[in-house]
Amino acid sequence: MASSEATTIDVEGQIIDLKNRNLAAFLSWLVPGLGHMYQGRMTKGCIFLVCILSAWILGFALGGGHVVYASWVPGDRRWHYFLQAGVGALAMPALVQGNRMRKATDPDTGYTARSYTPLWGGFMAPPYRRVLESEADEVSAWYARRGAGYEMGTWYTVIAGLLNILVIYDAFGGPLAVPISGRRKDETPDLEHSEPEHSAPEQGD
Amino acid sequence: MLSISPTYLLYYLPLIVTISLVFGGTRHEDTTKVIQHAWQTGRWITGFMLIIFAVLCLMAWLI
Repeated sequence: MASSEATTIDVEGQIIDLKNRNLAAFLSWLVPGLGHMYQGRMTKGCIFLVCILSAWILGFALGGGHVVYASWVPGDRRWHYFLQAGVGALAMPALVQGNRMRKATDPDTGYTARSYTPLWGGFMAPPYRRVLESEADEVSAWYARRGAGYEMGTWYTVIAGLLNILVIYDAFGGPLAVPISGRRKDETPDLEHSEPEHSAPEQGD
Repeated sequence: MLSISPTYLLYYLPLIVTISLVFGGTRHEDTTKVIQHAWQTGRWITGFMLIIFAVLCLMAWLI
């Protein structure tokens, strides 16, 4: 079935072909900027790729490689991962490690079997169970070892993931409109006599 | 005045560059406008944080 959905938009006088916007959005989630490269918006794609991946990798390094892991058990609900996963493929090993840990952990006692060994040398693996606020555990050791770097690393990766949501939207629907409050007076368009800056998609053939 | 090392503030630099460029990039298509918007966003956020910093310093001095 041929799609009649329009994919061409006019932004600041430039005609942009968003191509398959769902695919572009998915690619942007998978690797920041990849969706823009698919659409031929190479400069923006490179900006997003470099900026977001740099922030994410820098945060990961600051946290000693332990700030990104998937866990949802009492005492260690790692909600940050939902935001860190905004960068897509980079955060996916944590899901594999989290699932492996889950299978090796007794759901009643919360203790992990001694035979458990994480994959890939513990890359993005959750902390060894149990994690209790009242006791020293592996998360406490990570905090102690990295100090402020653990917190900063967490926030860097979270912010990078959140920024990629904007990038995904940009790949799907084009640039966000600049609010009137954010424009300078000399940039404010004459709404009565000019065309809209970001026009609606044209009807495709 | 600061209870943390001033070098700690260097963490701010890569973050503000990233946030500003992504904000600019998601609002314009033209590279020049992207850079301009990023510069304005960086200035705005930095100014806002400086104001908060000044207010907190004033409060610390008063108390």
